[in-house]
Amino acid sequence: MSAPFLSQAFKENAVDALANVELQRALGHVERGFIQKRQKAVDALPEFDALRHEARAIKDHTLSHLDLYLEAFEGKARQAGAEVHWAETAADAREAVLSICRRVGAKTVTKGKSMISEEIGLNAFLEKSEIKPIETDLGEYIIQLRGEPPSHIIAPAVHVNRDQVEADFRRVHTHLDPKRDLADPVSLLSEARATLRDMFLAADVGITGANFLVAETGSSVIVTNEGNGDLTQILPRVHIVLASIEKVVPTLEDVSTLLRVLARSATGQELSVYTTFSTGRRRPGDEDGPEETHVILLDNGRSEMLANEFREMLRCIRCGACMNHCPIYHAIGGHAYGATYVGPMGAVLAPGLFGLENTANLPNASTFCGRCESVCPVEIPLPKLMRHWREREYERHLKPAAERNGLRIWAFLARRPKLYRLATRIGLKALHPFGRRRGRFSSLPLAGGWTGHRDMPAPAKTSFIDQWKARS
Amino acid sequence: MSPENTEHTTASKPRVGLFATCLVDLFRPQVGFAAIKLIEASGCCVEVPENQTCCGQPAYNSGDRSDAAAIAKQVIAIFEDYDYVVVPSGSCAAMIARHYPELFDDAYWARRAMALSAKTYELTAFLYDVMGVRDVEAAFAGNVTYHDACSGLRELNVRDQPRELLKTVDGLAFTELKDADVCCGFGGTFCVKYPEISNAIVTKKTAAIAGSEADTLVAGDLGCLMNMAGKLQREGKHVHARHVAEVLAGMADSPAIGEAE
Repeated sequence: MSAPFLSQAFKENAVDALANVELQRALGHVERGFIQKRQKAVDALPEFDALRHEARAIKDHTLSHLDLYLEAFEGKARQAGAEVHWAETAADAREAVLSICRRVGAKTVTKGKSMISEEIGLNAFLEKSEIKPIETDLGEYIIQLRGEPPSHIIAPAVHVNRDQVEADFRRVHTHLDPKRDLADPVSLLSEARATLRDMFLAADVGITGANFLVAETGSSVIVTNEGNGDLTQILPRVHIVLASIEKVVPTLEDVSTLLRVLARSATGQELSVYTTFSTGRRRPGDEDGPEETHVILLDNGRSEMLANEFREMLRCIRCGACMNHCPIYHAIGGHAYGATYVGPMGAVLAPGLFGLENTANLPNASTFCGRCESVCPVEIPLPKLMRHWREREYERHLKPAAERNGLRIWAFLARRPKLYRLATRIGLKALHPFGRRRGRFSSLPLAGGWTGHRDMPAPAKTSFIDQWKARS
Repeated sequence: MSPENTEHTTASKPRVGLFATCLVDLFRPQVGFAAIKLIEASGCCVEVPENQTCCGQPAYNSGDRSDAAAIAKQVIAIFEDYDYVVVPSGSCAAMIARHYPELFDDAYWARRAMALSAKTYELTAFLYDVMGVRDVEAAFAGNVTYHDACSGLRELNVRDQPRELLKTVDGLAFTELKDADVCCGFGGTFCVKYPEISNAIVTKKTAAIAGSEADTLVAGDLGCLMNMAGKLQREGKHVHARHVAEVLAGMADSPAIGEAE
């Protein structure tokens, strides 16, 4: 099971990440590549902002009637021969997967990329149950070999460099010639393809996620660039779709609108290489497709978010643009967050799924620069939602005492202008003589967080308000 | 007096309340004087209510909504009778203009917050968008680069106004900063709660500033400026940091931020 509660060590994780040279080099690619590609795609589509409004409206409408659309989806999916399972918790979803696998006697399971699978810790659970999960998305395959969680929701191995992949392949692919040449990235790709090809054919069950579920047809939709999702869901006898409840949208038309903003926001592509719609199980006369199809609909805290101030988070279509544009993510990468979901969207979603007490650092680790909101394809006000978590944290007394007390003193003074004036006058008088000579401080008691890394400009001798009063 | 009915005649100039911000008040009074000079030159009369303190942003962004609301009520009561409220900070202006209305559930205070929101402006946006200022009378001999502080840029669309005005300062050479729209890592209490991350972000910023080869860094928010100036100085990079108001008002002859008298 993935360990979402590593978030509690966020500060320590961040310090480690900042000192990790290889990670820092990898993060440079996120900061440049993703941003430029998205910008180019957006510039080429003058109606992009109008599409964002439309995408937001589709999701808002769906969330307002989520129960109806989910039931409609369930009805249509059943008509097409799929079984639909409702999972309230992560454990329910894991059990649903396991019971299907057990019933069909599955030994190996291939997997398309699925964040829900990461959220519920499926791989570790299956392994414990002696079923072998095989990730087939190249990035997911790499991190599975490394025993790591994804560090980005669409580029799970973005923290790994070529040399590390080569070392991992040599370590794991022991059936191949140890002297083979892997210098060229293409040779790494070919090796992964060849290795995975046999696994696709041997798998008993294929598990994919879903980018969208379509209420009017009962279809699930995945977008991939490698085609691995298609092989995962077509070749095995049994296909399981793992999806959370907010993935449903009313119509195919709605899907096409959302697809227009999804890939552009994510990778700067107009569309992903593969967009696959699958509906139900193989029909008589079909040449391929699974004999059994199951859709597991996971709640895991989302119903609660639907009913509270975090509803807007459920619009998220998992493009990753928020983390691609986040200065915090650029500095520390995804693993430091210690939660399945990282960056700004993770900072809002993770507390809702894993509990605020486990993830309280995440909504705090933001400068509220707002760049995430400005690029979000469904216009989620991420800073506002992070602030709402801070409000809950404050109400529940989860904040460190020093921070809370410091703020209370400041607020106490700010609410009493006369006292504030007196206190700041005394403060300026006390500090000014020490800062006057250099105009700044290199260290200050109680301000180590600031002066540990930068100088502190000295305050004025007399405040602006006092100077103004003296003049007029 | 309602601003909508106010004619911009010499007889009845718009009355502007200057919200100086706590950082300008305590660290950089000359920004307040520069702002007054600019607003007056644009054809307004300026008052500085002396019972102003802070906009409440530290409380608001720390989740202390009730203190934030109490401070907001105080600011609303002090400033609501002016035709305009002008703030030499994008983030404090955005606090009033964008966030005060979100603070109140009761219609009475929500309405008063909305009314104040509608007439509150960041300084350069007020000069350029409201008063139609297209050039300033100031001289500055130096190569200037400009950092877009996040709140002003993304919450109030302050981007072109300061640049357009800076370009009219005599003798001033303007160089665009690489990644000017990327956060400097200040983030209010963020920079002391997560000092290592903040440091990593500001280090990228000072590298970009040094790479611009400008001798002066200008921005519209003192918090961000203190962060960047402090880092430039710690790194021994000889770039002076100044608030945009000082340069536009021709009041940039005193020591720059964090420099000795």
